Amino acid sequence: MEKLLQINNIHTSFQTHAGEVQAVRGVSIDLYKGEAVGIVGESGSGKSITMMTLMRLLDNNGEIKEGEILFEGKDLVKLSEKEMEGIRGNDIGMIFQDPMTSLNPVLTIGDQISEPLIKHGKMSRSEVRKKVIDMLELVGISSPEKRMKQYPHEFSGGMRQRVMIAMALICQPKLLIADEPTTALDVTIQAQILELMKDLKEKLNMSIIIITHDLGVVANLCTRINVMYGGIVVESGKAREIFYNANHPYTWGLLRSIPNPKLDTKERLIPIQGTPPDLLKPPVGCPFAERCDWAMKICFDNMPENYNISEDHYSACWLNHPDAPKVNRNDDGRDN
Amino acid sequence: MEEKDTLIEVKNLSKFFDVNKGMFAKKKSYVKAVDDVSFIIKKGETLGIVGESGCGKTTMGRTLLKLYEPTAGEIIYNGKDIANLKNNDMLPYRRKMQMIFQDPYASLNSRMSIGDIIAEPIEIHKLMNKIERLERVRYLLNKVGLNPEDVRRYPHEFSGGQRQRIGIARALAVQPEFIVCDEPISALDVSIQAQVVNMLEDLQDDLGLTYLFIAHDLSMVKHISNKIGVMYLGKLVEIAESNELYKNPLHPYTKALLSAIPVPDPDMALQNKRIMLEGEIPSPIDPPEGCRFRGRCKYAMPKCAEAQPELKDMGGEHKVACFLY
Repeated sequence: MEKLLQINNIHTSFQTHAGEVQAVRGVSIDLYKGEAVGIVGESGSGKSITMMTLMRLLDNNGEIKEGEILFEGKDLVKLSEKEMEGIRGNDIGMIFQDPMTSLNPVLTIGDQISEPLIKHGKMSRSEVRKKVIDMLELVGISSPEKRMKQYPHEFSGGMRQRVMIAMALICQPKLLIADEPTTALDVTIQAQILELMKDLKEKLNMSIIIITHDLGVVANLCTRINVMYGGIVVESGKAREIFYNANHPYTWGLLRSIPNPKLDTKERLIPIQGTPPDLLKPPVGCPFAERCDWAMKICFDNMPENYNISEDHYSACWLNHPDAPKVNRNDDGRDN
Repeated sequence: MEEKDTLIEVKNLSKFFDVNKGMFAKKKSYVKAVDDVSFIIKKGETLGIVGESGCGKTTMGRTLLKLYEPTAGEIIYNGKDIANLKNNDMLPYRRKMQMIFQDPYASLNSRMSIGDIIAEPIEIHKLMNKIERLERVRYLLNKVGLNPEDVRRYPHEFSGGQRQRIGIARALAVQPEFIVCDEPISALDVSIQAQVVNMLEDLQDDLGLTYLFIAHDLSMVKHISNKIGVMYLGKLVEIAESNELYKNPLHPYTKALLSAIPVPDPDMALQNKRIMLEGEIPSPIDPPEGCRFRGRCKYAMPKCAEAQPELKDMGGEHKVACFLY
């Protein structure tokens, strides 16, 4: 398969009153054509900022310090704002987390969906109209002729998220970035939206990057998963590898801290103690060391290398060093 | 299994909100937020309430605490009906019933130090003098895993998980028996959620608390609850012991709801047959006659439009309101 996107060692920082916040500290992610990749992590792990960097949508105080983002061979970091405008919305579409606030309340749905088309393409009004109607139908909004004249407040949460998807897809992008697309929705609506995204991925042969903190969502949709923590990718690999053969203690912790509704047992949850690191003063070593049950001295002093566990499965943990003690993930030395 | 005492019995509880009030309103309509709901919570147990947004679960929790005046029905707390008690008579019961709110950012007054926040309920109920109060606040902070030296700090200095702990400490301040937890973990990160849930479980064991746990995260609800009730558009459609409900859901809505949970396991996710629900929850203003779920239900029969199904006991305390059974 061909690589559509290669993010190489991206560093992004923000200047704030308190100092420089190093939100993303060397992230590398690959994406193949027609593939869905998940990025999981807690708030503040840098997952949204990585995507904002990719879209070049950082706030004024944000800056890309280092690294390259190759999209079809072009380095997005080096493009001018004008060239970037040609890609944003056209080649790369984005869905935001909150469908309630990311639509403009004073424009009709039809106007908002057709905006990228008018901006990027040279289409006649009737062509644009037809395309908007087709797209609304595709995302499952009934009677599109009527609905496109309505305003966002006339739509429910799930319907608004469908509108957001229609907007992101109208120019038939090669890549769709979905930033927590279902977090604000109910489970039944979430299931509808996930099915829709799966469906559209097949139909349009599109690649998807989905950002979420819900491991259930990625298990359903993604072929590969990147786990982020403290501004770096701590583990990446095929979905099955991450779920059944996780290597990084943070991934273990994540998997253990959620109850599996399909299991009968009422085991006690094993939370990850402590809180995520402060990226104003990022730790020198592994960002997870402070909360890790297996942390060694080296973990606090040196950033771990990326160890190759199996084909396409990487983990940034010193436990994989040949000299490190072998540990059992279920034996955490705590009484829980 | 020993038979536990009933702490709260809710009988035919309803809460309607008027819409279209005023002189020129054409017709009076109601939002039937909670409509004829009955259940029992036993001492020391947790009843989970699940449902989509707008199904009335939060209103139910608040009506139970009499934060809303119930429209009809009885709330029998320890043998006494409190549904019609007025402010002063209600006060002793308010002490016994507390609430933990959903949004830890909005539910703490940002101008009060956390010591004052936690001490406020004690002050209102005039339970202790100043020195005892401070002692109690420090004890509570320690109990919820925060540093007792933090009494003078303000909410903005704390993270979401820590704020939720402060909210819990405030609820515990007056030694309640019963706590309504209204989506206490949905605003928190996954790794922090487990910390808070474990703490709630420990507190329950330690202090013999009874919980009403409202949530839309179905896997967490199953984890924490002894019994679970499913609400749809103001109605309780099914209630059962939690493992039983997940293993053997009867109501078509419960089935769809459970199948919609994204399973955190790629292999199981492949096998999982989703029951897709068409459409969305209808407006609770003048809801459909008969069964409220019938518009989205693939088993709907003519009978469903004519009458409202009653909760029916299917044995083993598993009750369902559906004409299929």
